[in-house]
Amino acid sequence: MKAVAQRDNEQARRESQGAERRYLAPDVNIFETKDEYILEAEMPGVPKDGVEITLEGNVLTLVGHRSDQTPGGEAVYRESRPLDCRRVFELDPAIDAQKINARVDQGVLTLTLPKAERVKPRKIAVTD
Amino acid sequence: MALIRWQRPETARWDPFRQLSTLRNEIDRLFEEPFSAPGEGMQPFMSGWSPALDVFEDKDNVFVKAELPGMKKEEIEISLHGDVLTLSGERKEEQKYHEGEIHRSERFVGKFQRTITLPTPVEVDKVKASYKDGILTVTLPKSEEAKPKQIPVKAS
Repeated sequence: MKAVAQRDNEQARRESQGAERRYLAPDVNIFETKDEYILEAEMPGVPKDGVEITLEGNVLTLVGHRSDQTPGGEAVYRESRPLDCRRVFELDPAIDAQKINARVDQGVLTLTLPKAERVKPRKIAVTD
Repeated sequence: MALIRWQRPETARWDPFRQLSTLRNEIDRLFEEPFSAPGEGMQPFMSGWSPALDVFEDKDNVFVKAELPGMKKEEIEISLHGDVLTLSGERKEEQKYHEGEIHRSERFVGKFQRTITLPTPVEVDKVKASYKDGILTVTLPKSEEAKPKQIPVKAS
């Protein structure tokens, strides 16, 4: 079965161009266990209350708003891009949307997406 | 300020000769395959984790900010030799990944090292660092002689 699939890249690009704001696509890891999918997204500089997770149908949108972490003074050198993060995923219909759980720890958003009971492999005992 | 975003692809076992011969092979390959995708042949040298650094400066301090999401603060090492600041550390691969099926693996795992030359001398004993929301901020107070001074003009 297809996992948490990312939406077509072309579509994602068109979307981010259409929007007024530009976003960074955070790096993600997705792995699957027997009972759930785990999605981790790197959002450095995004505090807990800066994370916005929306689910429309089976389209999951992750947005991270950065808090201003300018330590002071003037930037004399800059590699980081002061953009918010956004990435869109299409969820496996087997995911139980009611039970999605999210937490943020040191700039990493971790989503736990449990599979619905009916799709979990089940052992059936043989009766006489 | 001499500051180049540079990183060793593998900080673990650094063998300059092995690197050299590989680099040579890559260069040979570039000439043999002039139409290959740009940068593709150099992939081994471009890989690795090179966290973004920002440097800020005000009257009294230099601030160095590094994006290091998902680390433990014990895994981050900061050292200062003269005016050269080095940030290094390692993010270990977590055991939990081995228990399931991986669908996407974009986050870097492994060692990183960034070195920068500070724009001014700093007070080594007063350097402070904090780690919040995956961002490391090192605050380096400028040494007295580096601070700007007002020179009053006397009328004769």
